[in-house]
Amino acid sequence: MIVLRRLFFVAVGLFLALPLIVVAGVSINEKQTLAFPPQGFSLSWYGEIFLNDDWRNALFASLTLAALSAALALLVALPLAWFLWRRVAPWANIFQLLGIAPFTLPPVITALGLLTFWATSGFYGQPWTAVISHAIFFVTLPLVTLSLGFSAIDRSLVEAAATMGADDRTIFRTVVLPLILPYMVSGYAFAFVLSLNEYIVAYMTVGFTMETLPIKIFNALRYGYTPTMASVTVFFLVIAALVFGLIARFGDLPKLLGAMGEGR
Amino acid sequence: MRREPPQRFADYGPLVFPAAMLVIFFVIPFATMIAVSFFERQQGGFYEPAFVFDNYGRFLSLFFGKVLGFSLFLAMAVAAACVTIGVPFTYLLSRSSRAAQIRWLVALLSILSLSEVMIGFAWSTLLSRTAGITNLFALLGLMEAPQALTPSFGAVMTAMTYQALPYTVLILYPALVRLDPTLTEAARTLGASPFKAFFNVVVPALRNTILATLIMVFIFALGSYLLPQLLGRPQHWTLSVLITDQAIYQSNMPFAAAMAVFLVLVSLSLVGLAVYAGRQKEAA
Amino acid sequence: MSGLILSNVTKQFGTFKAVNDVSLSVPDGTFVCLLGPSGCGKTTLMRMIAGLDLPTTGSVALGGEDITQIPTHKRNLGMVFQSLALFPHLTVGENIAYALRIRGVDKADQKKRVDELLGMIHLSGFADRSVNKLSGGQRQRVAIARALAISPKLFLLDEPLSALDAKLREAMQVELRQLQQRLGITTIVVTHDQREAMTMADTVVVMNGGEIRQAAAPVDIYRRPADSFVADFIGSTNLIPFRADGRGQASIFGSAVDGFSLVGAKAGTISVRPEDVQIVTAEGSSVTGTVTFIRDLGGTVETFIEAGGQQIVAVSSPRTRPNVSIGQTVGLRFDPETSVVLAQ
Repeated sequence: MIVLRRLFFVAVGLFLALPLIVVAGVSINEKQTLAFPPQGFSLSWYGEIFLNDDWRNALFASLTLAALSAALALLVALPLAWFLWRRVAPWANIFQLLGIAPFTLPPVITALGLLTFWATSGFYGQPWTAVISHAIFFVTLPLVTLSLGFSAIDRSLVEAAATMGADDRTIFRTVVLPLILPYMVSGYAFAFVLSLNEYIVAYMTVGFTMETLPIKIFNALRYGYTPTMASVTVFFLVIAALVFGLIARFGDLPKLLGAMGEGR
Repeated sequence: MRREPPQRFADYGPLVFPAAMLVIFFVIPFATMIAVSFFERQQGGFYEPAFVFDNYGRFLSLFFGKVLGFSLFLAMAVAAACVTIGVPFTYLLSRSSRAAQIRWLVALLSILSLSEVMIGFAWSTLLSRTAGITNLFALLGLMEAPQALTPSFGAVMTAMTYQALPYTVLILYPALVRLDPTLTEAARTLGASPFKAFFNVVVPALRNTILATLIMVFIFALGSYLLPQLLGRPQHWTLSVLITDQAIYQSNMPFAAAMAVFLVLVSLSLVGLAVYAGRQKEAA
Repeated sequence: MSGLILSNVTKQFGTFKAVNDVSLSVPDGTFVCLLGPSGCGKTTLMRMIAGLDLPTTGSVALGGEDITQIPTHKRNLGMVFQSLALFPHLTVGENIAYALRIRGVDKADQKKRVDELLGMIHLSGFADRSVNKLSGGQRQRVAIARALAISPKLFLLDEPLSALDAKLREAMQVELRQLQQRLGITTIVVTHDQREAMTMADTVVVMNGGEIRQAAAPVDIYRRPADSFVADFIGSTNLIPFRADGRGQASIFGSAVDGFSLVGAKAGTISVRPEDVQIVTAEGSSVTGTVTFIRDLGGTVETFIEAGGQQIVAVSSPRTRPNVSIGQTVGLRFDPETSVVLAQ
């Protein structure tokens, strides 16, 4: 039984890892060939991400977009989650629903909606429209983590602060905010990583005026192969693993993913 | 702290910014898209306000029917594959040590966040003639010479399963972690082998969760827009691909919008179904 | 040898020994309670008997057969879990019939047995109810019936009554004991409630720190505790240090007391139950103390006395209530007959 179980884990692990192993392999090819096992060894394709102007600009655009849109998503989610926790206002749940909808529906729908909107309003192609678009698209992530975070706060803490003379604003600053901070960080991190990798919304809103890394890879893919695609993929995978690893290290990942109660 | 209804107008303050953002940048774009779906297309990729059903009328063609049918079939197949692998996997994962769970969760999240472009690229490499898995088969003597496995239906299906599997596991995870471990232990003391206990107790006890997951993954797979393009032939294109194609390359926004509205309706009714299935779970 | 025999069973989690070298013999048809504070290893011990955990070392034998490596589902036992673990997707009848279904018993016989068991637990006619619609006591009975469906050789219960309120719990204890005596089934119950253990068990096994401290009949556990942990854990007691001069003369708090035969001992502890502490007049008493508090509970009166820097509690009935008041100096007598000298 234990053998079967291990075998099953190995099989799933292999399925998940295989494409990535091959990509990692081709990323260290010495020449610009798509070959696996790799021929020769070179890290130059990783250098290319930073040295080649096109790739560097795309990386910079992606990082900027991810950093700003995740921040905006957090700014939208925080007051909303706080309000829903603090007040009884059943009709306000509609905004919770609106916040979760973009991520639940097929992404092409949100993308097309935003495309028609920016085109109609005449801002189509402006870089900042991508920031807003991503913030709305990914607002679900901080909203969910923050709602979880608020629900974990013992309401008697707020009452205790009030008995000691703190008003609503002070309570928020001195009690609620410190307790919710880990959830803010993870909400931001989730939105950041997903924005970094997002293609269709970015493509439909600013695809013709700027290149994020996923757009750049897709465009490159249509014109043929370059190993930089492989190195960027590995690079992004490492960033994601690093971010989620840090969340796991400093936070409670199983709990964040909805496994409440005692872990085993 | 007792939760209380807002007392004064100022109590609504925190709601203003999020509400405005969501209304302006989600509700209005959505409405714009619905409006555009009734517009008339002009020459050269522009469109004019109108109120015609022509764009919806095009759904009645055989071509569209085929695409729709294939999209639904593909999404269904992917959802079924993911749930078949995901349920036993997540069950075993939820019974593993905390450290093992965390390692898997980090890996799954990393793959889930990986851009569809990159997943498409990775699979097209793995299935390619020059750098692909067939080289390994050839090396082991299982195959005479390496060959390309794309474009093909199998490639699309495999890559989409790859993309959706982490999502499946992460949806199933909370329910399976919360599943009382003594249920299977009780089944074992009553004489059920671990296999029997899984199929007799875990699966039926989670029936509604599994159904809801199936639907969620179905919607997720329905949204896949790049993998069918990168790894399949034109007959493997899905509704999402068609929408992207019409909007960007054919510059037929009204038709794209009409298809998107249609996709929303399909998805929303399925979400409704998933929520309903989830409710049943609590009632049971 | 028949019955259940545990030989040198140890369970180690990492560096932590949850169960440490436990040996225990349970003759057929007896009712054993594993009793101890939380974390004492009693549940782990039961899980090893059930095969849900494997011993790190040692063996488990049942009916003369070594079952250490037999997987749970082939052990033919019945177990009631603390959470009850009733299958939420099955009805009362389907839950009870589960073990029979697994074993391929035919439908008609399943139904007959289920009806029989429902009658036994006073829930006739409940077969088609959902288990989620039952009261706590009813769920409890269904879990018991489910475990007994195949008439197992061994019946295990892990804190089976902890979810019930106090009154129902006491009634269920009596019911469970009567059921066990009627069926004559070897039964092991894990509990942290000493009252429960005293009510039901033929043998109480007191555990602490992964080890068995004493295994004996309830009255012996109370009257003849093996060590200060058992004496303190079962009921309440006064643990009083003594010294001895080696020739049998003992002294408590520096004053000589007679009647204890302590030849060879130098120092130690005696356990005196509060109902055995006698309060006498201070004159002529070798051990004296000061009354610090009197708690009158109606049915009993507890007198708290400070003596030799330690608090000693004496319990008496209202009729034999000592005529003392707070601050008064009184004498204390410990009857060697009812006092227990504890092993060190």
